[in-house]
Amino acid sequence: MTIKTVKEAINDALVQSFEEDKNVILMGEDIAGGKGREQYQGTQDAWGGPFGVTQGLFTKFGGERVRDTTIAEAGFFGAAVGAAMTGLRPIVELMYVDFAGVCFDQMMNQAAKVRYMFGGKQKVPMVVRTVVGAGFRAGSEHSQTLYSLYAHIPGLKVVAPYDAYDAKGLLLSSIQDDDPVIFMEHKRLYMTTCEVPDDLKPIPLGKGRVRKSGTDVSIIAVQRMNLFAEDAAKTLESEGISCEIIDPRTYSPLDEELIFESVKKTGKVIVIDESNPKCSLASEISSLISEKCFPYLKAGVKKITAPHTPVPFSPPMEDFYIPSSKKIIEAVRELINA
Amino acid sequence: MKIEKEKINWIYKKLFTIRYFEERIKKIAKEKTVPGYLHTCIGSEAICVGVMAALEKDDWISSTYRNHGHAIAKDCNLNEITSEIYGRSSGICKGRGGSMHISDFDRGMLGSFGIVAAGPPVVLGAALQEKINKGKKMSASFFGDGAIHNGAFHEAAGLAQLWKIPMLFICENNGYAEATATDWHLNTKELSDITKAYNMKAYQGDGNDVFEVYKITKNAILESKKNEIPIFLEFKNYRFSGQYEGDTQLYQPKEELENAKKNDPIKIAKENATNYELDISEIAKIQNEALAEVNNAFTYADTQPWPKPEDALEEVYVNYPPEYN
Repeated sequence: MTIKTVKEAINDALVQSFEEDKNVILMGEDIAGGKGREQYQGTQDAWGGPFGVTQGLFTKFGGERVRDTTIAEAGFFGAAVGAAMTGLRPIVELMYVDFAGVCFDQMMNQAAKVRYMFGGKQKVPMVVRTVVGAGFRAGSEHSQTLYSLYAHIPGLKVVAPYDAYDAKGLLLSSIQDDDPVIFMEHKRLYMTTCEVPDDLKPIPLGKGRVRKSGTDVSIIAVQRMNLFAEDAAKTLESEGISCEIIDPRTYSPLDEELIFESVKKTGKVIVIDESNPKCSLASEISSLISEKCFPYLKAGVKKITAPHTPVPFSPPMEDFYIPSSKKIIEAVRELINA
Repeated sequence: MKIEKEKINWIYKKLFTIRYFEERIKKIAKEKTVPGYLHTCIGSEAICVGVMAALEKDDWISSTYRNHGHAIAKDCNLNEITSEIYGRSSGICKGRGGSMHISDFDRGMLGSFGIVAAGPPVVLGAALQEKINKGKKMSASFFGDGAIHNGAFHEAAGLAQLWKIPMLFICENNGYAEATATDWHLNTKELSDITKAYNMKAYQGDGNDVFEVYKITKNAILESKKNEIPIFLEFKNYRFSGQYEGDTQLYQPKEELENAKKNDPIKIAKENATNYELDISEIAKIQNEALAEVNNAFTYADTQPWPKPEDALEEVYVNYPPEYN
């Protein structure tokens, strides 16, 4: 058992996948960094992406498999689709999910659809690793989550792990999966730690996790929101309110059963998602609950999300934008008293 | 360049098959008996056939929504192609693609993409795979003149040159990007001049002469593989059809259309037949065979069953999440 950061866990999963399967390659901007020439060995690989997640891979596995790309997402995302169809297992890095716009065609129209529209002969085993989330004072174009943008599209799978354990186990699965997977890493979680067994097995996609058992209210928390949910649950526990926290971990496919079981038990539910509210994971999950668990509900489903605005820059505004433990506590109290 | 008799016959057969097929489709489009959009490739037969004659059977290609000629020249099953256009369950994509997406992965078709310039990056990826795995297959992306203004093309071109990826960028310069003339939107004198920014090798050829297309492509494949470089090929021809069937083509000057007929690729191929030791009776025999195959394909498609409505739910994923069933 070793304590790992999310960042280390992801790097470990990449190294392990590279070692286990020679068809795994990685493409992305600055994933190595440097001058790309042998005489500059010391500077090569010094960056490993803006968060250092891929550091060491270029040195370890070489430039043939670890390809530092031009700033041309449509080019190398499309290349990943073609490489995946013909036998490789490419992982491509979208430096920030906010850059999705410049290569969305490759995801939405090619990666997601080739199998379906060309008669089921192709498969596209590629993974898009991308960085999401507010709380970095990074402004409107480097802070979104956009989970539901991808979860909306048939043919794509969407994974958003909370802790290092899940990050490693789910990335191993995502790389082994034969469908295109969007693997979303939250920038504010990279340095958080937990125990990760060295021999951790891949965690199947589509299986959620009960992070805390409880009896009075179910909190369905998306990615970083688990942090606030756990914090809120502690305070509420001291008031005699028992919270159950569910982390779905993957959003397409979604572990509906796990969510429904919890809701049927507690009858009261809050969905918390850092995204903008309209057509979000929170709206999707709450609508599923209303549709499938209505007779069990003792009160209407509550949603806590960011407001319907871009992510603001200035700290007081950004802190206001992000859902908080305080908002969860207030919502739970309201539900309990309802 | 000596071309085997068998290949010459194949080339003529494919030229006629594509022409007859597209003429038939145009007729059907007028009768409105098939669903969906139809983009015919009359005028680009020589490019489809010349390039495919130079490629090996299992080499990788990408095509576009104007794909009937590529699919036929890539030896896709004609009955299945027609069935697909008719939306039947025996279609080459099981009825899920339609005319714009006719593609057979088993024949090396990575896909026929409805989005302009979607193909070049995908083919770059297949070519990258061949390079990494030291494979032997060539990779070629077909696109129209409109695609050269799109970022996806430029990004693929830049990466292909940077990474020394053997592949072909094949531009069918047919004079029109949808309804707008190519030369109106071109910033360079020649279309292929745009490759200069990437220091990419480029060759131009007469896209109406199937043997010129074949020879240029054959040499480009050798050069691309030997020097590990991408090569851009620009073949000029004329789009006799509109952007799609039903297009009134009012934007194409009548005299331009009339002039272009002098260089009709089928006409040129017939004129050149004697250079390749084909006589009139052999040509007639090949024409008859091609016509019979096309007729059969349409009869076949017409009698094929529709897919079951719920077949729409199949093959979105490889590992199907149970919630989607």
